[in-house]
Amino acid sequence: MRIVAKDLTYTYNPKSPFASQALKGVNIEIDEGEFFGIIGHTGSGKSTFVQHLNALIKLTGGSLTVGDYDLSDKKCKFLELRSKVGMVFQYPEYQLFAETVEKDVMFGLKNFHKGMKEEEMAAAVKEAIETVDLDYEDIRDRSPFELSGGQKRRVAIAGVIVTKPEILILDEPAAGLDPLGKKEIMDLLHHIHGGWCKTVVIVSHDMDEIAENCTRAAVFSEGRVVMEDTPAEIFKRSDELLALGLDIPVTAKCARLLKEKGIVIDTDFTCDDFIAKTLALYGGAGGAPKAEGGGNAQ
Amino acid sequence: MLNDVTFGQYYPAKSFVHSMDPRAKIVLMIAFIVAIFLAKNFFGLAAVILFLIVAVAFSRVPFGRVLRSVKMILFLIIFTAVLNLFFYSGSSSYKPLVDWWIITITYESIINTIFLAFRLFLLVMGTSVLTLTTTPVALTDGIESLLTPLKWIKFPVHELALIMSIALRFIPTLMDETNRIVAAQKARGADFETGGLIKRAKAVVPILIPLLVSAFRRAEDLGDAMDARCYSGAKGRTKYKKLTFTWRDLIGLLFVAALITGIVFLNIYLGGKFEILGYFL
Repeated sequence: MRIVAKDLTYTYNPKSPFASQALKGVNIEIDEGEFFGIIGHTGSGKSTFVQHLNALIKLTGGSLTVGDYDLSDKKCKFLELRSKVGMVFQYPEYQLFAETVEKDVMFGLKNFHKGMKEEEMAAAVKEAIETVDLDYEDIRDRSPFELSGGQKRRVAIAGVIVTKPEILILDEPAAGLDPLGKKEIMDLLHHIHGGWCKTVVIVSHDMDEIAENCTRAAVFSEGRVVMEDTPAEIFKRSDELLALGLDIPVTAKCARLLKEKGIVIDTDFTCDDFIAKTLALYGGAGGAPKAEGGGNAQ
Repeated sequence: MLNDVTFGQYYPAKSFVHSMDPRAKIVLMIAFIVAIFLAKNFFGLAAVILFLIVAVAFSRVPFGRVLRSVKMILFLIIFTAVLNLFFYSGSSSYKPLVDWWIITITYESIINTIFLAFRLFLLVMGTSVLTLTTTPVALTDGIESLLTPLKWIKFPVHELALIMSIALRFIPTLMDETNRIVAAQKARGADFETGGLIKRAKAVVPILIPLLVSAFRRAEDLGDAMDARCYSGAKGRTKYKKLTFTWRDLIGLLFVAALITGIVFLNIYLGGKFEILGYFL
């Protein structure tokens, strides 16, 4: 399903002293099969934008279509849309509520597919839990509140992907995790991207995450999209990003330092590529060694 | 869906009323409520309404905004008014207008209903002027200061004020949290808008449990943070913002004193609310 947004506008608390325009005309196109990144400051409108995609925020200005769903149409089947567009919020572990992990993961299924048989549901839940790399037999009857932070987040993600959405949107999926946990979550997302969900959209302010993982990305600033391109092209414009007060990936920082010394490296800003190109430039000892703990660019 | 709650919502502005001492405003509000119930005739009521209009004008809060707070209890006002209109039976010295089955409408009940509705209406309007122009923190500071005499009988005034300010402080936080959880569950297909009473009550569980868990987590964090900063109760604590009584407060209190005096005077001079009937009938 293709996402097309045209001149999307949105204002919080309209007609009050608290009124703030979060979106000031957003134009964006996300193709099916992309691993799309959305970058921006807090308050740049990125979260507001993604909540439009499954109609959690109703369209008030502009137009938005997701696949065949026209969200400006009042008769649009929003429940059906939500089953096709999964959304994982920031700190999704705070949404867990059921007595057992199995019941919690099943929540979405029960809401979207009312006529589904118990066995079918149980099978889907098993598949989802195993996809997020948890031991189904061990975890199914445990309370979600007694799990570790990382496990809780996996359970929450399983609770969203269980309905097999075509598009999966994640708001800061790796927030609050240690580097290893971050890598595990990103690996998991690539795994899901490969099979379960055709399109993955992540909202992040971690530029390394975007550089390593995304096929394309958009930069939000003050309610507008200021750049929309591949990470390689976006991070070539590091100066502009820094001027917007945004961070740049480590690789871009190194490239800038090298450039000051007169060394230009043509890289796509993933760790592996950057290291390989740099070493090649220096006639690296026998080609490029595989970078340890680097990214997982595919 | 939860953004529409006006109660306790501060309306930021710079005005005469905003910059008054919260203690003065609380006393003023209590005096205003006393005035509402003291007013025995229409002229007294008119004086109270005039006072309210002046207060709103000086607070620079749009009138519609103040009215919105009445919307919440509009049903209550109508309900009590209707009950009162149909079932009030004073010691009527006039013939009932309608006397059918169990319903009786008399001149007295009509007048009584008008009074009742106006009193409830003014009560809510008056209190919202206070909450719209005073931040929750200032409000609890004011209450704490006004309750100070109770310390003599070992009443934990400071603790009470702390509990109140923490509760008020966390209302917006938990409101945000609720909105987030509602959004997350909606994204998983939860439906809060349709179905019968039981279905809707059940639909609340996936919101309530994460909310409770989060409230406990926050309470624990806050307790730790207070401990870490050596909080040990009221003893020896000083205030960042000292409350000061200014000329504004004096003017406000003089006005409300004038209002009450005026109403008492009108009561004695013009008599009760039913005496007006004598002029017409």
